Amino acid sequence: MSPALIAVLPFLGALLPGLMVRSGRSPAAIACAAITAVALLGLLLHIPTVLAGEVVTTRLPWMPQIGLNADFMLDGLGLLFGILILGIGLLIILYARFYLSEQDAAGPFFTYLMLFQGAMTGIVLSDNILMMLVFWELTSLSSFLLIGFWKHLPEGRQGARMALTVTALGGLAMIAGCLMLGQVAGSYRLSEIIAQREAIQGSDLYLPALLLILLGAFTKSAQFPFHFWLPRAMAAPTPVSAYLHSATMVKAGIFLMARLWPALSGTPEWFGIVATAGLVTMLVGAVIALFQDDLKGLLAYSTVSHLGLITMLLGFGTEAAATAAMFHITAHASFKAALFMGAGIIDHGTHTRSIRQLGGLRSLMPLTFSLILVASLSMAGIPPFNGFLSKEMMLEQAAAQAGQGMSWAIGALATLAALASVAYSLRLVAHVFLGPARDDYPHAPHDPGPGLWAGPALLVGLVVVTGLFPNATLGWLVAAAGSAVTQTPQHPHFTLWHGITPALAMSALAIGGGVLLLRRWHRADRLRHRLPRPDAKRVFDAVERAVARISRGFTDSFTNGSMSRALALLMLSCVICGFAAWHTGLARPDLRPMLPVTPVALMGWVLMLVATGTMVALHRRRILALVLVGIVGLIVSCTFVYFSAPDLALTQITVEVVTVILMLLALNFLPKRTVLDTSNVKRGADAFVAALAGLGVGILAYAILRRDFAFPSISGYMVENSYKLGGGDNVVNVILVDFRGFDTYGEITVLGIAGLAIFAMTQALLGGRASARLRGWISEMRRAGDRHPLMLVVATRVLMPLSLVVGLYIFLRGHNAPGGGFIAGLVVSVALVMQYMASGYAWAMARQNIPYHALIGLGVLAAGITGAGAWFAGMPFLTSAYGYVHLWGVDPVEWATAMGFDTGVFLAVVGAVMLALNSLSRIARAAGQETAPSDTPQKGRR
Amino acid sequence: MEFLLASAIGCLTAAGVYLTLRKRSFAVVLGMTMLSYATNLFLFATGRLVIDRPPILSEAAQGYTDPLPQALVLTAIVISFGMTALVVMMALGAFVEGGDDRIDLPRRDRRGPRA
Repeated sequence: MSPALIAVLPFLGALLPGLMVRSGRSPAAIACAAITAVALLGLLLHIPTVLAGEVVTTRLPWMPQIGLNADFMLDGLGLLFGILILGIGLLIILYARFYLSEQDAAGPFFTYLMLFQGAMTGIVLSDNILMMLVFWELTSLSSFLLIGFWKHLPEGRQGARMALTVTALGGLAMIAGCLMLGQVAGSYRLSEIIAQREAIQGSDLYLPALLLILLGAFTKSAQFPFHFWLPRAMAAPTPVSAYLHSATMVKAGIFLMARLWPALSGTPEWFGIVATAGLVTMLVGAVIALFQDDLKGLLAYSTVSHLGLITMLLGFGTEAAATAAMFHITAHASFKAALFMGAGIIDHGTHTRSIRQLGGLRSLMPLTFSLILVASLSMAGIPPFNGFLSKEMMLEQAAAQAGQGMSWAIGALATLAALASVAYSLRLVAHVFLGPARDDYPHAPHDPGPGLWAGPALLVGLVVVTGLFPNATLGWLVAAAGSAVTQTPQHPHFTLWHGITPALAMSALAIGGGVLLLRRWHRADRLRHRLPRPDAKRVFDAVERAVARISRGFTDSFTNGSMSRALALLMLSCVICGFAAWHTGLARPDLRPMLPVTPVALMGWVLMLVATGTMVALHRRRILALVLVGIVGLIVSCTFVYFSAPDLALTQITVEVVTVILMLLALNFLPKRTVLDTSNVKRGADAFVAALAGLGVGILAYAILRRDFAFPSISGYMVENSYKLGGGDNVVNVILVDFRGFDTYGEITVLGIAGLAIFAMTQALLGGRASARLRGWISEMRRAGDRHPLMLVVATRVLMPLSLVVGLYIFLRGHNAPGGGFIAGLVVSVALVMQYMASGYAWAMARQNIPYHALIGLGVLAAGITGAGAWFAGMPFLTSAYGYVHLWGVDPVEWATAMGFDTGVFLAVVGAVMLALNSLSRIARAAGQETAPSDTPQKGRR
Repeated sequence: MEFLLASAIGCLTAAGVYLTLRKRSFAVVLGMTMLSYATNLFLFATGRLVIDRPPILSEAAQGYTDPLPQALVLTAIVISFGMTALVVMMALGAFVEGGDDRIDLPRRDRRGPRA
């Protein structure tokens, strides 16, 4: 199975729970588990290849122009993480099935989980750094959904928001860093980037790129001082905590550091930042974990500490340390996921996670006890479990750093952190399970069913087996991962007994000290209460509030609810920017000769100015203003005719008709006059702004008209090839349906959406409060005596077939003469609307029961299908072909595939226009006007 | 001739801006209509003014005007109808629901810097 398919499978799986959720939690879980198992199997089948040192790749061009390709690769590192993500994912799905109650929305939960799983798999299998960033952001988003899954819990929502804020901010920094890295390396392919160590480390951009990338990695992997979001994310359901916050997401940052390790590590900056951050995080996390009363809180801070450990090992920059880091990743994932699931079991059994309310559970939950005991001992680093091996390796590396003349403090602090880690691990066992059984548990404790304990039991089994036989069980995987990270073959050998070494001494010190510390725990806790504790949440909230206040103040200073004010500011800033550009830019001299003024043009100009001026002066008399708008529109279309644009003129005049009809229909319900409610000062100021804007646009238009093109225009190509490539003489139409067909496709879609939005708004209006108001509507307007004058009715009905024929004619000739889908659609709409106007809505509705929204969909579909048809000829989307059809008795008819596209345009235009007008007429009908056919009142009169 | 067109575009813009700065929805709709006329003419003008040379291929033609701005403006005209229809509908809905045709937020709903 190709790596691309492995990464895509979980996304496909994300669709299943939504489809299956009606049949219950189990089918949804089974579907997810099946998909995960298939992906895992696909991954496992690659093991022999990867172990042979090969890298499995899939390359799919996506946007090669910007270096973004769907390149996937599977090497040792990807294999290790892939197995963790999919393997633990499988256990989590099983666990979640039994953890979620019937009230929980299992469908969305499993969908989010699969989305997250896909995003993580994508990260670890990406060979393109840009694509990896896409997956990276997806993990932030899907984890936001998962953490906030229990929407009713405020902690859940706040925790989710905090996690998103912190990790997404880091992600933004990382995008910048990765782009810099790609620039320096000259490629966005990860496998090429990591081969360019010298070029990258020698570049000036190394330090900024390193800092930005580490910001992303540290926020994701909860390194100090960005660790605070992880404990808050514990409000998530426990399967999420076990999956995201122990095994996978928080390790994404670690993965990134490991992936880029060959390119970035080994410099003093890397050591200084990464190793220090890791060490501090390890220590701080362990100490805070010791004093957590919430089970999951303890585990969360312990996770922070262990992530610090891994980060520190990567920071050391030695190959042995990097390989040790790989081992600890597997060890930590196994025991920590088991512990989280165990915490969930305790929560389920006792209805509390507070350690202070627990204790003495050993005899009551024996199975849970034994699972948590083994996992905790491993976490504490007690032999013979896998945690001991990795801690031993960590201490050995820390000691080696001290031995190499680095500060001895590293060894000392690492031992101290290990000591605290022993103490909190043992506390988990001692304070929850040991001691006398209590009688005040919130709920009678009991061991769970196998659905809940099977997953952790399997992981605990791994903890034991990999601890006892590390070389046989895990040696190959860690060796492959270590080789991939360091880009040199690694052959680590793990053993429980190294002889008497400094690491063993440190380990013994840590265990002894940890036990002692736990015995003095209550005294230490009292001491801690006396010390000041900074609360990260309060700081975070304060920062959040401050930022929100500043941005709100900024926004409110522009928009305070008065649209007029906001628009005036917008206009003024446009004018100022335009003036600045005009003033500073270079304009070519105005050389283009002017056309002579003809009397006709002068007349048109005067008419337009008078109509515009009158319109503004009398705009409060709305119907009159509408008439004047019509005049202006007519002159605009005459302008188009005059300046060689027949298509535009046809479009403008038909649009004009439907626009005026639409506004008239609307005006039926709006006041017929605009009340004068602005002061003279305000009107003066507005006039000033308007004059400035008009002057600016006028001068700009004049400046353009008097100058020739600054660059050669692409229009020449279109004129030359209009017939050759598009098979049409009307260049404008060929551009619309062929050269820029994609553009037109988008535009008819927008038009369709506008029509549907109008339809939706009408539905809402008719369903809501307004519908009662509409029913009681009494028009303020005096009606004409004859609502449907006979002359008009007869004329429109006679004209109807004629107009349809004209529409068809305009449509057919559009490719070679002025016309086409847009204009034909408008003409037909006008013909249909005339029936509404003349004979009444009810009459027309009864006879033209056309589902206009279907027409829109049909139109977009037809255009899309025509465009996609080109694929079958092996051409890109929307390539057109043409030929001639010879029919007997008729001139040869040209038939271009663009005709199909134009049909789509036609249908979409008719649909959108008619849906808009039809919606208005539905409002009119709701308003009690004329619900009966028009001839009923006459009958009544008789 | 260039001056005539440029000044007409300027006047249409000024009228459009003035009307969009009114406080009642219908005036704003009218203003936006005027602004779309102005914008469409302006875009059209970027192809420069040419008389009697429509971009329809024929053997008798002595030359063609620039077809590209025409194609862009053609769709712009249709889209501006869609937009006008949407705005008209919103104005109508607001009027029927809210009882008046003011476009500003009522003062009590505003959240100014101080309030």
